[in-house]
Amino acid sequence: MSEPLIFELSAPGRRGYNLPDIDVPRQPIDTLIPKEHQRSTAPSLPEASEPTVVRHYTRLSQLNHSIDTGFYPLGSCTMKYNPKIHETVAGLPGFRSIHPLQPDSTVQGALGLMFELQELLAAITGMDAVSLQPAAGAHGEFTGLLMIKAYHAAQGRLPGTVIAPDAAHGTNPASATAAGYHLVTVPSNQRGRVDIHHLRRLVNEDTAALMLTNPNTLGLFEDEIVEMAQIVHEAGGQVYYDGANLNAILGVVRPGDMGFDVVHLNLHKTFTTPHGGGGPGSGPVGVKQPLARFLPVPNVVRDGQMYRLDYQRPETIGKVRSFYGNFGMLVRAYTYIRTLGREGLTQVGRDAVLNANYLRARLNDRFDEPYPGPTMHEFVLSGRRQAARGVHTRDMAKRLMDYGFHPPTVYFPLIVEEAMMIEPTETESIDTLDAFVEAMREIAREAEEEPEIVLSAPHVTPVGRVDEARAARQPDLAWRAASTGFPKAEEPAAPDTPEGV
Amino acid sequence: MSYLSHTDAERRRMLQAIGVDRLEDLYEDVPQGLRLSGLDVPAGLSEVEVLRLMQSKAAENLDLETRPSFLGGGAYFGYVPAAVGAITGRAEFYTSYTPYQPEVSQGTLQVIYEFQSMICLLTGLDVANASLYDGATAVAEAASMALNATGRNRVLVPDTLSPEYRRVLSTYAEGIGYDVDVGPIVEGGQLDVTEEHAAVIVQNPDFLGSVVAMEKLATLAHSHGALFIAVVDPISLGILKPPGEYGADIAVGEGQNLGGWLSYGGPYLGFIASTPNLQRRLPGRIAGATVDDRGNPAYVLTLQTREQHIRRERATSNICTNEALVALGATVYMALLGKEGLREVAEHALQKAHYAADRMGAVPGFGVATPSPFFREFALRCPVPAEEVNRFLLSRDILGGLDLSRIYPDNASLRDCLLLGMTEMTTRNDIDACVSALTDMVAARSTTREPAGVGGRA
Repeated sequence: MSEPLIFELSAPGRRGYNLPDIDVPRQPIDTLIPKEHQRSTAPSLPEASEPTVVRHYTRLSQLNHSIDTGFYPLGSCTMKYNPKIHETVAGLPGFRSIHPLQPDSTVQGALGLMFELQELLAAITGMDAVSLQPAAGAHGEFTGLLMIKAYHAAQGRLPGTVIAPDAAHGTNPASATAAGYHLVTVPSNQRGRVDIHHLRRLVNEDTAALMLTNPNTLGLFEDEIVEMAQIVHEAGGQVYYDGANLNAILGVVRPGDMGFDVVHLNLHKTFTTPHGGGGPGSGPVGVKQPLARFLPVPNVVRDGQMYRLDYQRPETIGKVRSFYGNFGMLVRAYTYIRTLGREGLTQVGRDAVLNANYLRARLNDRFDEPYPGPTMHEFVLSGRRQAARGVHTRDMAKRLMDYGFHPPTVYFPLIVEEAMMIEPTETESIDTLDAFVEAMREIAREAEEEPEIVLSAPHVTPVGRVDEARAARQPDLAWRAASTGFPKAEEPAAPDTPEGV
Repeated sequence: MSYLSHTDAERRRMLQAIGVDRLEDLYEDVPQGLRLSGLDVPAGLSEVEVLRLMQSKAAENLDLETRPSFLGGGAYFGYVPAAVGAITGRAEFYTSYTPYQPEVSQGTLQVIYEFQSMICLLTGLDVANASLYDGATAVAEAASMALNATGRNRVLVPDTLSPEYRRVLSTYAEGIGYDVDVGPIVEGGQLDVTEEHAAVIVQNPDFLGSVVAMEKLATLAHSHGALFIAVVDPISLGILKPPGEYGADIAVGEGQNLGGWLSYGGPYLGFIASTPNLQRRLPGRIAGATVDDRGNPAYVLTLQTREQHIRRERATSNICTNEALVALGATVYMALLGKEGLREVAEHALQKAHYAADRMGAVPGFGVATPSPFFREFALRCPVPAEEVNRFLLSRDILGGLDLSRIYPDNASLRDCLLLGMTEMTTRNDIDACVSALTDMVAARSTTREPAGVGGRA
């Protein structure tokens, strides 16, 4: 079922795109650009007609699992339905074809939308000010940590460490490093929450921040959050909220009320901007008043009836990307919030929690549940019972594909052996949840009675199990015209690695 | 609400299966004192109401689809072929996640591989990744690669690097803890490189549109042990020498103009390519070709030991979600354009920029301030503050250029200058209408205020 590369569908002289004639007097290119600045040969881009190109990429699309074709219970990724009206709205010429350097007076609709979205996200998270600039969650983390750094610096302090739990998303430690911090890991306790006694011992005057997601990656609410925030604040540190799991608590409790000083949101999770196969995302950051003066520039402000981009923030951390953020995603998230409104958003959180607990209750007899619920929007099962018989979580994940489901996030969080992290989201019907339960229970049975069918899965996917080790050891990262080879270098293979999040 | 699936009866049945009486019981871990009484958000709207609301907001913006514009500066209004939207609008692409499970993500993975291949072909380098957030963060990521590769702690950039990019680079430098030296505008290929610099980062064409003698600068950087990072406009590579041909170690840029919408600044598309010896230092996702258990060709995310979900605090970058869907659009765009089409799009921009420069620069009081050769953009020196020119053009329903006095307030040679950019969408009529407007503005000024000519600050 393999589809050739677009380069293999190419033949000299074919084209998929026609331009109008150049309607200004043409000058020889060599008189405009001296020969020495010109490329010697044209790049070997494919030459193909529009039907060939469209058929090729349409066929490729059919090799993907997607939300519109099936259930996608990736834990911590919040793969909920993406409403179609969002695409219609983002495609309006007044949104898609405005230039970031237009005068403010000519983009009042866009600026007004951004201003309102700043206010709405502040209200939803309980923060005082919001920047829409970060392009994704990890980018929001980086931005938030830089503001924390600036905040400490303004007080003449230079604390050097960031604390994150052992269950944290990989971006937390990576962002801490990117922001110039040393990472300290706090272990989880037997209840699957941050070990507060250990935290107390780790926190000192060198603590810049504690990064937490709440509910955490086990789907459990950190019920000692107020005390933890207090411990960090008393030592002069700040408390950072990773918003990847905000969906569970929409309308129920706000990070700002739990003691968090900085939050980032993933609009591509909670606010359902489509994930696009790996982006674009959008990672707005909200802060409490003491950090507001460090927000990236520009922020959108209102002067009377006019909105404008405000660069006058002398203590800003600067800019973290060009222009103002992933505006197209902001349009979608704003549309979502206005469509759902206050009751709708609250029901989102409640149904997300209901769905997760329903799946948990119907699966925890067949699979180990290392940290018993109730949980919030997601829960973690362990495949160790099946692994003891030689069928690992990876095998069961692959087998799920044969039943038409995308696997959960697996081998994450790292503190759970043979982890399966399941997040159904609120948009799934009970029929879908029941079908998933049946598939999981059937796979548990297969693991006991006919393990070979699981071990050799998947069977009905476009390709069979993919040789990742070979890809890493003999990197083939780009197509080359026949005459040139591509470089080969030895690479170590990764062990059981998190898939999802 | 239509995005939720349950009836109240179903909810009750599910609670029963869970073994609780009320949904609130599932929130028992949330301390009572923290519970919210209600969100401060307006009530919800029906689809048609929300559509009307959004249409009214969109209508408050002046879009470039219905009026001439000469705005560039890193974002360009190019034509987006209908086939691009047809493919990026396929739900199998836009409603899928990062392709962690290759067996059900071959579509996205093969697209990434094709995208990487096309970026390698454009830049003349060997390895590329799946995408970065935008051109500015791509510059910052490239700088980090160079710092790690050389063990040095400074980078050097001329001030003709996009101001947006310089601003983002200095934010990253502040965070990570390195120094950015901003040299003078490259004049005769001279830059003050030292043995302390990890990289020299040069934009070509530079922010004012000029084509730069990159080879000389690459040699200069290398002679001091620094890497040479080229920041390029991908469309320009239809005509201009690719980074791989002048010795760049890393090429980065903004790929928005490869079939992407302006969208008021995002989502855009950062790309990065490097020589093979730097491949393990690249940030973010990379797809590779391999085989499945039946020996058939297959694609998979690879070299993952660089990434945050494996390496955590030791990753090469914290990037996770990138700009996959925009990269898909760029891949389709490049496939449609092909070898010849890319050159033609580049030539449209080039010819129109020169026609515009010749005509606008000939209006009394105006002149071209960007040295030749230039590609698609040039600075136009005006007889009055650039802001006033823009205001006058707007009164004729023309979106003018970027006021350079806002960017380079201390540079006297760029005072009263507008940066104007062209694409294949610019027509002769647009340029002629702008020339008439400039001519009329000068005439109006000379009759009403200044009897002796336009009296600009020549």
